[in-house]
Amino acid sequence: MPPTSSYPTAPVAAADVAALSAVRSKGWKPGLAAQGRFARHSEVFSSGRDAVGSALALSLALDELRSQAAGEVAEAEDRRAILWVQDRAAARLGGRPYRPGLPQAVQHRLVHVLAEKPQDLLFALEEGLRCREVACVIGELAGNPKALDFTASRRLSLTAEKHGVPLWLVRLDAARDLSSARMRWEVRPAPSRPPQWNTQAPGAPRWQAELFRARSHPPGKWTISDDGDVLTADRLASRPVDRSAAPHPVGLAFAAGGRSLAG
Amino acid sequence: MMLADARTLCPAIRVAPSDPAGDLDFLEKTALWAQRWGPWSALDPPDGVLVDVSAVAHLFGGEERLLTDMQAAFAARDLTVRLAIAPTAGAAWALSHFGPERAILAPDDDAEMRLSGLPVAALRLDDDVLTVLRRLGLKRLGELGTVGRDALHRRFRNRRSPAANPLIRMDQLLGRVPEPLVPVVPQQAPLVQRRLLEPIRHRELLDQVLADLAEDMARELEAQAKGARRLELGLWRVDGEVAVRALELSAATRDPAHICRLFAAKLDGIDAGFGIETVRLRASWAEPLALEQADVEAAAERHGTSLSALVDRLSVRLGARAISRPMPFASHIPERAQRWQPVMAPEPASQEELRFHARPLKLLDRAEPITVLYATPDGYPQRFRWRGQVHDVARVEGPERIAPEWWREKSTVRLRDYYRIEDGEGRRYWIYRHGLIGDGRGGLPEWFLQGLCA
Repeated sequence: MPPTSSYPTAPVAAADVAALSAVRSKGWKPGLAAQGRFARHSEVFSSGRDAVGSALALSLALDELRSQAAGEVAEAEDRRAILWVQDRAAARLGGRPYRPGLPQAVQHRLVHVLAEKPQDLLFALEEGLRCREVACVIGELAGNPKALDFTASRRLSLTAEKHGVPLWLVRLDAARDLSSARMRWEVRPAPSRPPQWNTQAPGAPRWQAELFRARSHPPGKWTISDDGDVLTADRLASRPVDRSAAPHPVGLAFAAGGRSLAG
Repeated sequence: MMLADARTLCPAIRVAPSDPAGDLDFLEKTALWAQRWGPWSALDPPDGVLVDVSAVAHLFGGEERLLTDMQAAFAARDLTVRLAIAPTAGAAWALSHFGPERAILAPDDDAEMRLSGLPVAALRLDDDVLTVLRRLGLKRLGELGTVGRDALHRRFRNRRSPAANPLIRMDQLLGRVPEPLVPVVPQQAPLVQRRLLEPIRHRELLDQVLADLAEDMARELEAQAKGARRLELGLWRVDGEVAVRALELSAATRDPAHICRLFAAKLDGIDAGFGIETVRLRASWAEPLALEQADVEAAAERHGTSLSALVDRLSVRLGARAISRPMPFASHIPERAQRWQPVMAPEPASQEELRFHARPLKLLDRAEPITVLYATPDGYPQRFRWRGQVHDVARVEGPERIAPEWWREKSTVRLRDYYRIEDGEGRRYWIYRHGLIGDGRGGLPEWFLQGLCA
């Protein structure tokens, strides 16, 4: 199924500016895929000392798959594979996925690929995006390798949008370089909510995610948690929430950092 | 008798080493060759062949002439044979081994009477059963009938193996119970090759030859309704060198483009020398693959590749072990509880993971040692240092004690106390203390960080 993007493409007529800014000022919230608003290529930046990057990518991907399934005629069960590609450095830094700890919906569908070099990782990502029996691709890449330049990320975006398979690229210990990803997140762990019975124990995981660059949404910060069925995101009130009153000029980059040419 | 003893007795003795596998191979070939006299044949190791000649004899001008023809054909191959035709496999075996030359038992003959003169060894029985029968004084087939069926039934109780029970063998001989036989079916690996007029030294030409071969192979496989699982490409060079490149596929396929694409990565390091003169492609392992409607497949191809094609492409470039899927394994030790298996392998039957076990999202390949400040002997961890950075533990749950698997490991292996912890910034880890103070299995316990929680 091809993605039906609701945002118009440049160049934009002056009359459309109001409509466009209205679309763009709609904040991100979970479950947007049900409305046909997909971001096929996203990046999640995180530290290599914890697993929150891949956890958030997995949660967002599952949220998208869930809302997609709810939007379409509910099929019996989605049996397509979930491809998880790591390069050797990322596997050394953050370990490999552990089946008993994965969400129930992922356990029997996970296919893991270990690539020796970043070039191999990009090859595996692209091949995975081309496969019709893959529900989504999660990549994990450490640092800023030379192989992942703007051309390579543009290539990934185009492949993902052509075949309609979402790609989540987790960047461990990486700087915000030039990229063509449609949504770019930076995630840090947040203290978990205390469990009901043992308040001394760690509870359900929460993450503090910052959307610093997106093509169809204004940036923002959220505290995101996933309880297995629904993804809940509470917006942090660091910036004004209601942006529809004052439409911003089109084409202005929202955040100073993480400028992307494709936005 | 030792060979030296035999040589002493007869210095001119000819010696040949025993080759059971070769003999069986020859017997198989003989059985296939003998299908010229009948639609199917079966092996009777070590030295017999059964051919079904039902309703075939008239093609050779009768049963006597069929046997004469067989005798002549085997004599032309320097083989001595004893031939017999009978309504059942057992009777034919008995007549050929113990009957007269070229015996024929017609269906309307009285088989019991004709065969009653044969020795009991004609029943294809084990040696110990033959000994028992000889001690009982039963030497001929006819004498078995004089004892009474009940007495034999009581004496020989093994109903599983026909070779241990004369009654079953007798019934098979007379056609009262069926005797299943396994026919020999020839298997031929699909093979296509190109002998080149001019030796080729360039990669583009080789790619063209490979594309032609893949087309031929696809046609060959399609004719047999099969798909290749393993392909071997042999390249014969002018100077006598042979280069072989093998390819394993994750699922049966006969798509020429897919085969070419996979081989293209393997042909990079080929040294053509003075030129390649013969190229041969052989499917040494093929599995049944039904014919598919072409336009459906074409539509799917536009939409993307299949998972097996993805696995093939990735394993050709990254190595066969790079792509895998985690499977549960019955073990308490966390790193053993998951195994990496080939993607197309079926899911093994396993007990479900206990729901109250909280496991980390990711597991480090090797648990990393950490230095921990904790209240001895078994208090909660307060603070730890991992990869050069200090973490203050804010919340902790545990311990979850996992004892060593005593049935597998040495008695000196220490237990593990696992803690789920969260540090001041919200990072969640899975750490364990290896051993206890005073458990007699080592000094002070060490701490390790094994998993990263979501």
